Amino acid sequence: MSEQDKKVNMMEWVDKRFPATQVWNEHLAQYYAPKNFNFWYFFGALAILTLVIQIVSGIWLTMSYKPDASEAFNSVEYIMRDVEWGWLIRYMHSTGASFFFIVVYLHMFRGLLYGSYKGPRELIWIIGCVIFLVLMAEAFMGYLLPWGQMSYWGAQVIISLFGAIPYVGETLAIWIRGDYVISDATLNRFFAIHVIALPLVLVLLVFLHIVSLHHVGSNNPDGIEIKDKKDENGIPVDGIPFHPYYSTKDLMGAVVFLFIFAFVMFFMPEGGGYFIEPPNFEPADPLKTPEHIAPVWYFTPYYAILRAVPDKLLGVIAMGGAIAIMFVLPWLDRSPVRSMRYRGWMSKVALAIFVVSFVILGFLGTQPSTPTYTLMAQIFTTLYFLYFILMPWYTKIEKCKPVPERVTK
Amino acid sequence: MTQEVDLKRRKFLTIATGVVGGVGAAHLAVPFVSSWQPSAKAQAAGAPVKVDISKLQEGQMITVEWRGKPVWIVKRTPELLDALPTVRDNLRDPDSAEEQQPKYAVNEHRSIKPEILVLVGVCTHLGCAPLYRPEMSAEDLGADWKGGFFCPCHGSKFDIAGRVYQSVPAPTNLEVPPYRFIDDATVLVGEHPEEFTA
Repeated sequence: MSEQDKKVNMMEWVDKRFPATQVWNEHLAQYYAPKNFNFWYFFGALAILTLVIQIVSGIWLTMSYKPDASEAFNSVEYIMRDVEWGWLIRYMHSTGASFFFIVVYLHMFRGLLYGSYKGPRELIWIIGCVIFLVLMAEAFMGYLLPWGQMSYWGAQVIISLFGAIPYVGETLAIWIRGDYVISDATLNRFFAIHVIALPLVLVLLVFLHIVSLHHVGSNNPDGIEIKDKKDENGIPVDGIPFHPYYSTKDLMGAVVFLFIFAFVMFFMPEGGGYFIEPPNFEPADPLKTPEHIAPVWYFTPYYAILRAVPDKLLGVIAMGGAIAIMFVLPWLDRSPVRSMRYRGWMSKVALAIFVVSFVILGFLGTQPSTPTYTLMAQIFTTLYFLYFILMPWYTKIEKCKPVPERVTK
Repeated sequence: MTQEVDLKRRKFLTIATGVVGGVGAAHLAVPFVSSWQPSAKAQAAGAPVKVDISKLQEGQMITVEWRGKPVWIVKRTPELLDALPTVRDNLRDPDSAEEQQPKYAVNEHRSIKPEILVLVGVCTHLGCAPLYRPEMSAEDLGADWKGGFFCPCHGSKFDIAGRVYQSVPAPTNLEVPPYRFIDDATVLVGEHPEEFTA
């Protein structure tokens, strides 16, 4: 028996017991993706890569970290100074957190740009929104663990938001903290949720996200269904197998991504005070408030929305609403076409205003509030919401360009 | 034996099993949800503190510990209370606009009863312990000193209602903790009055 035959026999043996070849073909070798993917299509694969980086570096961190209010801060310093290569693993994890959000935000922008949330991909979008929410919870809880000043006071501010809910708020906040103040109990449970509960949920959601994507097929920059035009073998004429074509393309993307990642990790791991905020190099002190409490950069657009509203409860509602409204996006968009390429000027302007508002809100959220900044936050919060609220109107009345039959280059 | 499937019976059994299972699951959730409540240890450390103020003299201050922080209870003299409106112009937040107190302490004297002041004795600047300086026109604090609190660390000044003066490092008024009167002689620090519990 030749080597090749042996291999075939072995695969047959496995396939009778586990659909290995079938799964491989369905999701990689015979998963036909549109041939016109561009730059924006790197970020889905990169998000998986970042998730893997976070899980691996995270597991290694738990080997030396102590989830105990009296030891947590020192154990992080111990990792940074005394554990072999500990600093690298820690910076990998902290840089990874910020990169995760960069990648996810760009991935979401791609969805907005090419209408990837439109039918029949509504569930992919909704599962994605849930992933985004879980990711924010995961990042928030992880940020408490180093038990620095900003860990402590940031968590203090965010948990006290629950206190704004009428009647049950204060009880709910105490239930979350497991104490009347943020304490060892809070740290310990956040550790449990951060290292096991939410990562499990996250991996499951990513699995569902991909299963549902592969069921309906990928969208593309032209926003047309490649499944509508198939050859005599039932293969979309504008499709190419994910493996080897896109696995190779994504590998190239991963290499460039890792260059940038490594550069930040080695040369600017604190990200200019945005990835790790300066007050977090001081141990948490419940009696001493930092001069200016700001969340990590990826939360700042929502923090700015929260602060833009003068009333505490309404502010919390606005912040929650800013995320909740994303879930109904597929039903707000009445446009007959998916891709921005064939939409009218109103959709393009609206998306541009939305992106600019998001970035400016992100900046405002890092700054102490002044009357001018508060007014700006109010203006851009309004614009943020108008993008969604006016969408049923402007996507319906605008004049779209004709969509081509086949994908363009 | 009949080949017919009794669908009504099957449906009933499915629903009954579902309901019983659901009730069981709900009961099982109780220990998991409850385990997030403050533990007996946390409750003991964070329980409200009962303070007997029957022996508190006018102008006197006592300090009790609540949740690891010092809490002051001061019985203000009429003279000190009269001085409150006179310092308004020198204060950063005379009307207690910042959320540093429960709703029932948003008033000129920042308290339920005008004479009884309850404050968390931690400077809002960097957490030092301010000193109680009730004497009028204290030598070191200037002739226009109308009684209040002075932080020796960085010189922050507060009036006798814990309101912060302008141009001092502390950004906000001193914090008023939740408290209520059980009777005229007993203060419970750590619990809102019944009408404000919501």
